[in-house]
Parts: sequence; C-alpha cells; structure tokens
Amino acid sequence: MNIIRGRVFTFGNNIDTDQIYPGRYLELTEHDEIAAHVMEGADPSFASKMKRGDIIAAGTNFGCGSSREHAVITLKNSGVAAVVARSFARIFFRNAVNLGLLVVEIPDLGDLGLRDGDEGELDVLRGVFAAPGGSRTFAPLPPHVLAIIEAGGIFRLFREKGAGVFG
Amino acid sequence: MHALEKTLARASGKTQVSAGEIVLAEVDLAEVNDLYLQVIKSFRELGGEKVRHPEKTSFVFDHYSPAPTIKAADNHKKMREFCAGQGIPHLFDIGEGVCHQVLTESGMVGPGTIVVETDSHTTTMGALGAFGTGVGATDMATILITGKLWFKVPRVMNIVFEGTPPKGVMAKDMILHAIGDLRQDAAIYKAVEFSGGAVREMAQEERFVLCNMAVEMGAKAAFIAPDGTTLEYLSRYGWKGGEIPATDPGYEYDSVVRYDVSSLTPRVALPGSVDAVSAIPGEKITVDQVFLGTCTGGRLNDIRTAAEILAGKRVAPGTRFVVIPASRRIFQDALLAGYIETLVNAGAVLSTPGCGPCLGAHEGILAPGETCVTTSSRNFPGRMGSTEADIYIASPATAAATALMGRLCGADSL
Repeated sequence: MNIIRGRVFTFGNNIDTDQIYPGRYLELTEHDEIAAHVMEGADPSFASKMKRGDIIAAGTNFGCGSSREHAVITLKNSGVAAVVARSFARIFFRNAVNLGLLVVEIPDLGDLGLRDGDEGELDVLRGVFAAPGGSRTFAPLPPHVLAIIEAGGIFRLFREKGAGVFG
Repeated sequence: MHALEKTLARASGKTQVSAGEIVLAEVDLAEVNDLYLQVIKSFRELGGEKVRHPEKTSFVFDHYSPAPTIKAADNHKKMREFCAGQGIPHLFDIGEGVCHQVLTESGMVGPGTIVVETDSHTTTMGALGAFGTGVGATDMATILITGKLWFKVPRVMNIVFEGTPPKGVMAKDMILHAIGDLRQDAAIYKAVEFSGGAVREMAQEERFVLCNMAVEMGAKAAFIAPDGTTLEYLSRYGWKGGEIPATDPGYEYDSVVRYDVSSLTPRVALPGSVDAVSAIPGEKITVDQVFLGTCTGGRLNDIRTAAEILAGKRVAPGTRFVVIPASRRIFQDALLAGYIETLVNAGAVLSTPGCGPCLGAHEGILAPGETCVTTSSRNFPGRMGSTEADIYIASPATAAATALMGRLCGADSL
C-alpha cells in the first residue's frame, strides 16, 4: 500500500457525514447496500462515475457532523482508495483508522489546483502527494496507525493483541 | 492541569497527563443508540463474547423511535436481544427520549466521569463537569470488550460569555453567535470550556445547549465548571456524588475568546451551514414547518418558552408546528405544568420523545422547496429530508414566534 495511484475527485470544505452518507439510509446495515450511496449528499452522480482505486481530495474539516460509521463504510466499500484533506473531523478520522480507510492530512493541499479526473499519486511512507499541478509533502501516519490501516482495520489485530493494538 | 485532564488522568491510572499525550482510559458509562447495530456486528468481528461491564453500558432507542420501518424495527429487536443476552440493565426503549438527555437524567453522569456514546453530541455531558465524547461503532465495540478506550488528551479553549442577555435571547443565540464567529472547524481535536458571568447565571438546561453545540465547532469534549446550579440538578436526578475535579489556577488555555452578550439579538444559522450565522434576515421568509425539540432544543425550559409565546393564540395557517420533548421526564413535567395543553390548543403537533425529524428519519421530514425553522443542531443540505429544503437553526423563542407568525421572526419583534 506504499504507493497509491488513482483518479482524484475534489470536494470543498466541511464535507459533513450527511453529504458523505445521507441520514435517510442510516437504517441500512449491509456494507454493499451502504456503498451504493457513497457521497450522495454532496454529488448524487459520484457513485456512478467513480471507480475502485479513486482518491477523494477535500478541504478542511472533512467528515464533520454525526459520528456515523456508515460514512467510512460507504467510502471503503465503494472502493475509494484514500481520502486526502486539509484537515479531518476527529470522529471520522478515528472511524477511518478503525476500519482501514487510508486518510491523510495535507494542510497545504488547497493551493495545488486539483481538478476532477487528475491522476494523483500518494506515497504513504515518504509523505508525498503528487498531482499534475505539483506535489505536497505531509507528515506520514505513525507506524502503528499505518499497520492498522494496512491490516484493513483493527479487527484481526485486536483479536490478536487486544487493546495493545492502539500502541 | 485542567479538570478534563484530571478526569482523563484518574481514569487512566496516572497522576499527571498533558495535552497531546495518548492515554488508555476506563470508560465510566458507554451508550449505544439505535443507529448503531454496527456496534454489535463489530463486537462480534473483534472476537467479543462478553460485555466487560454490563452495568456501565446502556442502549437508548431514540433516532427511530418508535420504529418507522421494518428494518428499524428489526435493528431494535436485535439490540434488545443483545441487551438481554449480555445482562445489560440500562436499556432505554422507545419513548424514553434522546440519549444525551436520558443519560443526564439517569444519575449515572456527574463531574469527573468519562462518558462515551455513539453520537457526536455527547459533548453535552460537559455541562455536568463530565468528559463526554462521541465515537463510531467500532471504537464503541472495543469499549464493550475491554471497558477502555484510547484518547489523545486535548488542549482546551475557553469561550467566555459576559453580561446579561436581553429578554428573548437564549443560550442557542449565544452559541450560534460564537460558531458564526469562530467557524465550524475552530475546535477540531480540542475541548471547549464555557465560562463567564452569563454562563454562571444560566439555568442548567441552557448550559446543556452550549456544550451540545460545541461539537458544531469540531470539539472533542466540552466543559462548564460545576457549581451550585450543577449540583442542584445532579441531586434532583440521583447522582450519588464523588470527587469534583477542578482546573488548577494558572492553567494555560489554548486560547481565550470573550463575548459580551448584553446587546446580542436573536441569531439564526442560514440554510446549508451551521456557521453561516446572522441576525434574523429583514426580508419576509415564509415557513412551512417549525420543529421544537432535540438534545439542544427540547427541554422543559424550551417548551415553557414556546407555551408562553403561544398561550391563547394559534399557530399561523399554513405552518406546521412539531413539538417533541427531549425525554419522557420532560414530557411528564410539561404535561403537569400545562405547557403541552397550551401548545396543543395552539395547534402544535406532539410526537414521541426522541430525535424526531432532526436527522431526517421520521416524524416531520421536509419536501423539496420547503422551509423549516428548527431548534436542533444541524442544517446541512438534506439533513431533515429533501436536499432542496431550506433549514434555519434558531432558538426555541424564535421558533415559537415563527410558528405564531408563519414567517421567520424573533420573539423580540412580537
């Protein structure tokens, strides 16, 4: 998972969990059904135009609002490979790590001039995000957090190590 | 140390913690609401068999209460079975109210306790001097298995409200004013303490509103230093007492922001964003539905405010006024006080204590093109139904005045 390459879809600031996954679908519990509504509140056509391996790039406070884990489940199960954002809301960030969705904070992402469809390359270990408009560096995730994400979430690690998985 | 740091230190068996440190803390009370069957799925997937502390665990059915669909009913059924099988004593079934209000009335939350719920508005608990924070389903499942959760000790920002607010200006107006000024990402990864003369003079019910809405600035937790008002509330609901952590003199806040509320006027958050805050717009805005309720607008004080404005009057023709008490206890108190009769006579529609239409699940969903004024906390596009509906967030006084006039207006203009 060291290098992620994919098409970039851009979103603005304060993309809340209702935009990632509208509240009217919260009673759904099957992950495939949840995946069908990915980003529907922000862009109803997103689910039909995105492909597995695409990257979401957003502004500040991505994932603000409700604590719903559906927001991460829908992104992960629809095949979004990573979310890069200038900043994340903290509950969303925790949920993403727990479920193994790659989330990377890049504070100066905003002036990269990203456009939908750009090819992006995320070097997770070196901490570099490159796109046609240039590249930005970021502080790589701590090794134990990366290990959780690489394992697809905390489930297997937790079964093996209990709460020790959190470092 | 700050009182919240002392709380985290105590719960993680340390004498000292500081901001940025990661601690593994014992959770005093965990709560799962009915959006979160995923908690039980994650519990099993993590290898969970037995809940570590059933007596410190609760379930509250509030978001889909009573169940509006077969799927929601089935989720409730599976949760009831889980509680019965695990010996979890605190199952608050349909109609008991919104989880945060139910817990503050439970006698299980007080100064220095650590409360974790599957809901972002758990910051409400800070008004009782507790450390309250929201998590997702999988974090909650790890609490059920281990009794613990890891936290990064937050820095604390201090919002000071000074002065006496004019009549008709409520805690909701103050916090909207602050969110509009500081914006919705001002407190990410931080805790927010509210202090100042206006907070000291504030009823406990209003203090919950400040702490509840702190999450709309991104806050991890909120805090108001417990005082006589807090202790009076706690003793009414059976809190058994305990050590009350206090912030050390000289504690250095991340930042301090001061507002003088003595000339504040009613505020609204304009459709689409909680931080697009303004005075009530001058142009006429016709309103299809007014919603008074939720964990940040459905307490007894809120219902009394509406009853006083609507006593002997009628809700405007063409406007629907949905009223939902935040808990059964509040519903009972409002019935006894005659507020419910006043509101029903005025044309209000009452529904079951719980979240109501706040998250667009049931009991008053909006159609495309409709306009709603709500005392709840969020107005993201589509939050209460159609993405083409306009949602204004306002205080209970403004909501009641709007229901009376059929157009967005403050109680100060009646």
